Amino acid sequence: MQLLQLLISGVAQGCIYGLIALGFVLIYKATETVSFAQGELMMLGAFGGLVCMTVLGFPFWLSVLSAIAAMAVFGIALERLVIRPILGQPAFSIVMLTIGIGYMARGLVTMIPVIGTETHTLMVPYKDMIWKIGGNEMGIGAVVINIEQLVVIGCTALLCALLYVMFRYSKLGIAMQASSQNQLAAYYMGIPVKTLNGLVWGLAAAVAAIAGLLLAPITFIHANMGFIGLKAFPAAVVGGFGSLPGAIVGGLIIGVVESLSGFYLPEGFKDIAAYVVVLIMLMVMPNGLFGEKLRKKV
Amino acid sequence: MTTSLLSAQNLSVRFGGVLAVNNVSFDVREGEVFTLIGPNGAGKTTVFNLISRIYTPTAGTIDYAGPGGMLRLTDQPPHKIASLGIARTFQNIELFEHATVLHNLLVGHHTHSGGNLLSHMLYTRSVRQAEIAAREEVERVIDFLDLQHHRDSYVAGLPYGVRKVVELARALCTRPKLLLLDEPSSGLNVEETDDMAFWIQDIKNELGITVLMVEHDMSLVSKVSDRVLAMNQGEVLAMGTPREVQTDPGVIEAYLGSVDDMSSLRREAA
Amino acid sequence: MRFIFKTDYDQDIRLAKHGGHVFWYGLLCLLLVAAPVLLSEYLLAQLTFILIYGIVGLGLMLLAGFTGLFSIGHAAFLGVGAYTQAVFTGMGVPFPVALALAGLLSAAVGVVVGLPALRVKGIYLGIATLSFGFIVEEVFARWESVTGGNAGKSVGQVNIFGWVADSGTSFYFVCLVVTVICTLACINLLRSATGRAFVAIRDSEISAQSMGIHLAYYKTLSFALSAALAGIGGALYAHQIRFLSPDQFNIIQSIDLLLMVVIGGLGSIHGAFLGAIFLIGLPQAISAVKDFLPEAIAQAPGLKAVIYGAVLIGFVLFEPMGLYGRWLKIRTYLQLFPFYRKGMFKRQKSFQKSDRLK
Repeated sequence: MQLLQLLISGVAQGCIYGLIALGFVLIYKATETVSFAQGELMMLGAFGGLVCMTVLGFPFWLSVLSAIAAMAVFGIALERLVIRPILGQPAFSIVMLTIGIGYMARGLVTMIPVIGTETHTLMVPYKDMIWKIGGNEMGIGAVVINIEQLVVIGCTALLCALLYVMFRYSKLGIAMQASSQNQLAAYYMGIPVKTLNGLVWGLAAAVAAIAGLLLAPITFIHANMGFIGLKAFPAAVVGGFGSLPGAIVGGLIIGVVESLSGFYLPEGFKDIAAYVVVLIMLMVMPNGLFGEKLRKKV
Repeated sequence: MTTSLLSAQNLSVRFGGVLAVNNVSFDVREGEVFTLIGPNGAGKTTVFNLISRIYTPTAGTIDYAGPGGMLRLTDQPPHKIASLGIARTFQNIELFEHATVLHNLLVGHHTHSGGNLLSHMLYTRSVRQAEIAAREEVERVIDFLDLQHHRDSYVAGLPYGVRKVVELARALCTRPKLLLLDEPSSGLNVEETDDMAFWIQDIKNELGITVLMVEHDMSLVSKVSDRVLAMNQGEVLAMGTPREVQTDPGVIEAYLGSVDDMSSLRREAA
Repeated sequence: MRFIFKTDYDQDIRLAKHGGHVFWYGLLCLLLVAAPVLLSEYLLAQLTFILIYGIVGLGLMLLAGFTGLFSIGHAAFLGVGAYTQAVFTGMGVPFPVALALAGLLSAAVGVVVGLPALRVKGIYLGIATLSFGFIVEEVFARWESVTGGNAGKSVGQVNIFGWVADSGTSFYFVCLVVTVICTLACINLLRSATGRAFVAIRDSEISAQSMGIHLAYYKTLSFALSAALAGIGGALYAHQIRFLSPDQFNIIQSIDLLLMVVIGGLGSIHGAFLGAIFLIGLPQAISAVKDFLPEAIAQAPGLKAVIYGAVLIGFVLFEPMGLYGRWLKIRTYLQLFPFYRKGMFKRQKSFQKSDRLK
C-alpha cells in the first residue's frame, strides 16, 4: 500500500540523516566541536565514488572502498591541520570554521571543469531495480519497493552493527569512548588522545562518505547535495546530541515524519517537517530522547 | 536577645538516589559568623545552593528575615535572592572572565541600579547619576579590600588569590545582610588567609553583615566564628561554639582526627 | 603613548573618553555627511548597504557577541522587517510609523524565537534558531496573500508625510540618521546596567542569577532587541532593493550575517560595522581582482564560495578576535611602541567539559 511505500522511503531517507547525524555526534563527543561540514563531506564522498568509477575506471566495489578510504584520510588531515589548532576557542568560532570548510568544499567542487554545477549519476549495480510484492500479473495493486532504498536501510543497519561491535569490544573503540568521557584520565592511561581525535574525524568522514554513496542513486550527485546535512542537525538534536544510537533514532523519526507529511499534509510542510519536529522536541524534552543533562556543578 | 536572620528546618534534598542533605536544621542569628564544617561530600555547599535557590529542597523549609518581614525563602525564585540581601561566593570562583574587575563589581551592584530599558537606551540624567553613585559604592568596596591595583585588569589574567578577593568584593557590592562564603581560604597561602580572617572580622564588626561560611581551615574557624555546625554525609553532627564542636567526639572521629591530634588544636583555640 | 589622567568618574562613563576619540569620530561623522559629494552614485549605494547591514549586525552582535546566544536563523527577522515595511508602505502608512511597526513586529517574533533560549543552551539553541529560520522562510513563500509568495513583492519609496526620498542621496541620509540613532541606543545600553547584565549572562549564568539578574527577562529582552534591530535594517533593505522574494532571507543570508559578526569581531560595536564593510566590500574586491586571474578560475561559479570559506577559516585560525581585534592590536602596538609584547591579547582556552587539557 501507499503507507508501506511511504514508510520505507521515509526510513531510507531517515537512515541517511541518521548517518550524517552519527558523524556529528562522533565528532562532538570526541572533540567538543560541532561540525557543520558533515553534509559537504558526504557530497565529497559521493563525488569521490563518481571520480573513481568514471575517471579512474575502477569497478563499483573498488570505487566504493577507495572513496571511503580517501574520505577517511581527508578527515584525519582536516583534524590535524585545521581543527587541532583551534580547540579551546569558543564553540561558536569553531562552528564558523566548519561552515567555512563547507563553503570551500562546495566552491572547489564546482570549479572542477568536468563536474561544474550539473547533476551526475552514479552507476550502481542495483540502479533502478524495484521489487514488486503482490498484485496481479498486470502489476496492478502491487506494492512497489525501490531496491535502492532497501540497500540504504540494509547498509545502515550493517554499519551500525559494526560500529557497535567496534565501540564495545575493540581496544580502539573503548579508547575512543574513554577519551571522549574524560580526556585527562585518558592521557594518564596512556591513550594517545590526539591521534584518536584524528581517527574519530576520519571515521566521521568515512561514515559521511558511505551516506553519500548510498544517497547518490536516489538524489543524484551534485555540488549542493550537502544541504541535506542541515536536516541531519534536527535528527541529532531529537536523539540527544551526545548519544550515538540517538542520532540514528532521531534520523529515522525525522525521515518518517518528513515522508508522511509530504503525502498527507499540504504543500510546503515536507520541507519544514524536520524543523517543526525538533522545535517540539526542544520544548518537551530539552535534552533530546537519549541526551544527557549537562549541568555545571558549582 | 539576637534575632534569627535565617532558619532552616528539616532541610532535605535528594538527587536521584543520593540523599545529599538529610534533615538538617540550624539557625543563623543576626550579626554573627556561623560556620559549617565537615568532610568533603558532607553536603555543605549543597546547603548553600539550597539557600541561594539553585536547588529546591525535597523536604523542609528555610525562613529568612527579609526587608518586609519573615518570609519563606524556598518559595522565592533564584534571581530574587540578591534583592533580599543574600549574597554568596562560589567554591570554584564564578567570575566573569572576560571583563575587568570593576565591571564584575558593578554587576554585583545590579539590583540597586534601577532604571528601565528606555532610560538606559537614552542614557538620561538619572541613569548617569545612578551610574556614578554605583561607581562610588563599588570604589568603597575596592578600598575596603585593597583591590585598587587590579581595578582595570581583566579577571582572566589575575592570580588565584586575587580572584578570591574579587569574588568576595562582588558579593559585598550587592549590599547584603547575609553573606555566604564558600571556602574563603581554600587555595590561599598563610598571609592571604590572615588577610581573609581580618576581612571577615571587619565585615562583621564594621559593616554589620551576618556571615555564614563553609570552611576547612580550623584555625580560621576558631579565630572568626561565633558558632559552628559540623556536618557529615548530609546530616548534622554537632552544633555549638567552636570549642564545643571541636571537642565533640563524633566530630573528631568523622572529621578532625583522633584524640591525639587534638592537642595542637586545643593550643590554638586556647 | 597617550596617558589618560582621570579626575572624575564621569570620564569612565562618557562616550568620548579623550580628545582623540572626539577628533576621530568627529572626522568620521563629517566624512559620512559629506559622502554624497565625495562618492559616486554606485559607491554611495554600497555605503547605504553597509549602513543597513551594520544595523542588522548591531542586532546580531548584541545577541551573539554580548549575550552569548547564537542565532543561526537571523535572516528571518530581516525578512519579517522587510515584508512588514513592504506591506504597510503599500497600504499608505507613513515611513516612520511603518518602520516602528517593522521593528515591533520583528521584536515580537524575536520573543517567540527566544522562548527555547530559556530552556536550552549552546548548540541546541543554535539548532532551534536555525529551525525557526527555515520555518519563517517557508511562511514567506506560502503566505501569498500578504507576501506575494515566490513571485515576489515590490516595495514603494520612502514617504515621510509627503517628502519622498526619491534619490540615492536622500535615501542615504535617511539610513544614516537611523543608523546613528540605533548605534547610540546600543552603546548607551551597553554602558548601563542592562548591558552589563547581558555580558554577565554570557560569561556565567549562575553567578549572574546570584547577582539578581533575572535570566528569562534579560535573554528575552536580548532576543527582542536583536530582532527589532534586524527588522529595522530589513525595512530599510526593502526600500533599497525595491523588490522582495523569500529566497533573499534563506540560510545563506543567515550565514552571511554570522560571517559578518565573526569577521568583524565578536563582542564589539565596531565589529558590526567592520563586518558590514567586509561583507559588502568583498564581492567588489573579487570583481576587481577577477581580471587578473586565469580564465578558468575567474569565471567559475564557486569562486565566491571558495574565497568566503577561505577568509572565514583564515580569520578563525589566525585572528579569532576579528577585524576589530586586529585593529586593537595594531593600535596598541603603535601606542606602546616599543614595549608591545606578543602575548598581550592572548585569549584563555576554555572547554565545556572541565577535565579537558587541549
